[in-house]
Amino acid sequence: MIDASVLERVLGSALRTGGEFAEVFAEDRRSSSALLDDGRVEELTSGRDRGAGIRVVVGDTTGFAHTADLSEAGLIAAAEAAAAAARGGGGGVRTIALARQQRSRGYEIEIAPVEVPKARKVELLTRADEIARSTDAAISQVSVNYGDSLRRILVANSDGLLAEDETVRTFFAVSCVATGDTGMQTGRESIGHTIGFELFDRYDIDELARRAAGRAITKLAARPAPSGQMPVVIGSGGGGVLFHEACGHGLEADLVSKGASVFGGRVGQQVASRGVTVVDDGTMSREWGNIAIDDEGNPAQRNVLIEDGILTDYMWDQLRARKEGRASSGNGRRQSYQHLPMVRMTNTYLLAGTEEPEAIIASTEKGVYVKHLGGGQVNTATGDFVFGMTEAYLIENGEVTEPLREGNLIGNGPEVLQRIDALGNDFAMGPPGTCGKDGQGVPVGDGVPTLRVSSLTIGGTAA
Amino acid sequence: MSEELLAVADRVVAMARPGEQVEAVVVRGTDTEIKVYGGEVESLSSAQAQGVGIRVVIDGRQGFAYAGSLDASVIAETLADARDNAGFATFDEFAGLAEPDGVTPPQIDLYRSALETFSPEAKVALAMEMERAVLAADRRIAGIESAEYMDSISESAVVTTTGIRSAGRESNCYVATYAMASDGDDTQTGFGFSVGREPSQLDPERAAAEAAERATRMLGAVQPSSGRLTVVLDPWVTAQFLGLIGYTLNGDAVLKGRSLFADRMGELVASPLLTLVDDPTDTRAFTATDADGEGLAARRNVLIENGVLTRFVHNAQSARRAGTTSTGNAVRGFKSTPDVGCLAVSLLPGTSDPAALLAGISDGVLVQEVSGLHSGVNPVSGDFSTGAEGIRIRNGELAEPVREFTIASTLQKMLRDVRAVGSDLQFLPMSAAGVTLVVDDLTISGS
Repeated sequence: MIDASVLERVLGSALRTGGEFAEVFAEDRRSSSALLDDGRVEELTSGRDRGAGIRVVVGDTTGFAHTADLSEAGLIAAAEAAAAAARGGGGGVRTIALARQQRSRGYEIEIAPVEVPKARKVELLTRADEIARSTDAAISQVSVNYGDSLRRILVANSDGLLAEDETVRTFFAVSCVATGDTGMQTGRESIGHTIGFELFDRYDIDELARRAAGRAITKLAARPAPSGQMPVVIGSGGGGVLFHEACGHGLEADLVSKGASVFGGRVGQQVASRGVTVVDDGTMSREWGNIAIDDEGNPAQRNVLIEDGILTDYMWDQLRARKEGRASSGNGRRQSYQHLPMVRMTNTYLLAGTEEPEAIIASTEKGVYVKHLGGGQVNTATGDFVFGMTEAYLIENGEVTEPLREGNLIGNGPEVLQRIDALGNDFAMGPPGTCGKDGQGVPVGDGVPTLRVSSLTIGGTAA
Repeated sequence: MSEELLAVADRVVAMARPGEQVEAVVVRGTDTEIKVYGGEVESLSSAQAQGVGIRVVIDGRQGFAYAGSLDASVIAETLADARDNAGFATFDEFAGLAEPDGVTPPQIDLYRSALETFSPEAKVALAMEMERAVLAADRRIAGIESAEYMDSISESAVVTTTGIRSAGRESNCYVATYAMASDGDDTQTGFGFSVGREPSQLDPERAAAEAAERATRMLGAVQPSSGRLTVVLDPWVTAQFLGLIGYTLNGDAVLKGRSLFADRMGELVASPLLTLVDDPTDTRAFTATDADGEGLAARRNVLIENGVLTRFVHNAQSARRAGTTSTGNAVRGFKSTPDVGCLAVSLLPGTSDPAALLAGISDGVLVQEVSGLHSGVNPVSGDFSTGAEGIRIRNGELAEPVREFTIASTLQKMLRDVRAVGSDLQFLPMSAAGVTLVVDDLTISGS
């Protein structure tokens, strides 16, 4: 994207006012999307974003500027703006010598989406619309989204690092509305992987459309969810967001270092039930949160956060790691070149246990079975978190019975982790997610086996 | 400055071929974001960004493309992409750009040059002052989670082959902080902010005091028992709900069978105490504007009047499909085609202040924060359930703090159950304004 010699000069300019660390992050992102709604292909969109963000660190202060102008003059102007923002004290000249680092993601993109005719993408939309509508006469509305992106990044910093990466992601989602005597209900299903158009060779969109329609139809017969506390069984795959919220955010080193996490100072302690092992893994091939390098140029890693219930480590970015005199864990990510990186998750999951999922449900007298979760939110300082249930059922006498209407569940992270009393042998990754933090969204994955929390507060309206 | 953006948009539109409708949206923004922590600048970002979005309609088929650059060759490529994309859309007799409708844009002043001359040092000082004030507010304040100053100057221009030619410029700034209060093992957080069009309008002391007060009053919070209670929504919480109600009155959702109010025009859908307006011409609103995303004049629309549903909002295309005219509610950035939505929604305030409203409640809860609105509210079915924290109200007075509970009902029922609207209208850094709202009979789920 940019010559190494130009980068060396730009980094030199960035440090001219006495900065201790400087970095150039360049990005060229091309995306395409297509939307079908109300039976019509409404539009295809093509997008291009290209630019560089430059940061300069002086003591505890980071100066940052970005530009869409990738010429040497444009980059030097941004470097000077970042240096001025960081307001270093002394002057001086530092020479930077960049060494290129090669990182492979361990698999190849088979079909570049940009090579696929647009007509083929439109066919997928129409096909999914037809299948969803033919599932049941009660399906009253369908929208279908297709999206792909090619993101090339380059990171160069004053430690001499020079790394580049190219990431392809492909996404597809079907949303249905079902209308019945009880009003309207919705059902949505999505797939997304860090792969090309081969996504559609690996996954059956007919099945996806039928599941989305089925979810909306099921909820037409749903009764209001209960209120109060009871055991909750979370379904395999669909429930990973539970850990993303219950402990994932609380294990991000930037929040920990500000005293804004209930998990601060607890490394080495038992924070979860025995048998609970939580991992954040950017190297997971083809998953939505897969990265070869993070947005600070560090290689993606598999990081064990909680092992057999014991807190082993937090997640780190370059800045926080530098301060602590340790290595980054490869969790420095950003939404785009217009943003500063911070500690972010990649693919976060709970390892499988040994129990049969059916046995977990059968041993639950009365409770709620959440087959599919929506998003969630956490206050890391208090540990209180919520997550939505988009498909849930009552469990009565060890059997899954009536469907429930939508709602949130609420719990406290450290308490909920200690209340996991059953872990299934059926681990699966869930649908693609976008994690929001401080106004920035990044793609993340998550996964869980079937599991049970002995007590959670269900946010319904029924007694 | 906007003349420059208009000129760029004019050049795009001049490239239209016979039989093509072309629309160019050109934007440019200058932003500053400053975070302070522990008396130091944690980060200072300052940047200018620009972009262009091009929409092409050919024979009832629409295509779109955007680029984060105003470079001539990139623009030409973007126009070609949009044109090519149009060929793959389904024919739609209602597709097409907005056309001038004779409504004069309001003459409102949304730009203050003072923001441009305000130095980075002075911006840092505002954020520092706010952090110091949080830390000094109460001995139980353990620190801050964040303290930031943000500002932006944004300019945009919309030009079309159908005769739209509109440009605008606005400035915005705010300070916001999350305070942390501690007592033993117990930690609680509270949010405070102040918004303005120029820094002299900001009140960092007030933002700090609010954040500290909201954090400290939550110390010792317990989980309340489940039951049905009268709930008082703080203005910050009410505003978040209004955003969701706004979606249900979106003309596109109505036409596509996704609005629970689709068949209710002219009917009583809410408490007669409620009058809901979307008024981007009110300069006090953070998202005030003189024109919508298609370049039509922004206007005041009354959506619910004394409880009666009076209007759905539309952009040009949804209006054509519905057989009506645009209400000036095209919502967009340069990276997308115009959606339909409310621009600056607000309830007309009542006459009682929050203290008077609380005094009339024997058993209830004041909710100061909600979470999981994106995961627990379904604006199509109307079902909602959100995480909440706040203070119990007993015999007209604030009692113990409560957390880790949910409030649930349906949007339909909640609108009917409104018992009072406060007089404390507050403009927030979002597209909805807040006011204290008293709602009967919400389900609290806790222990």
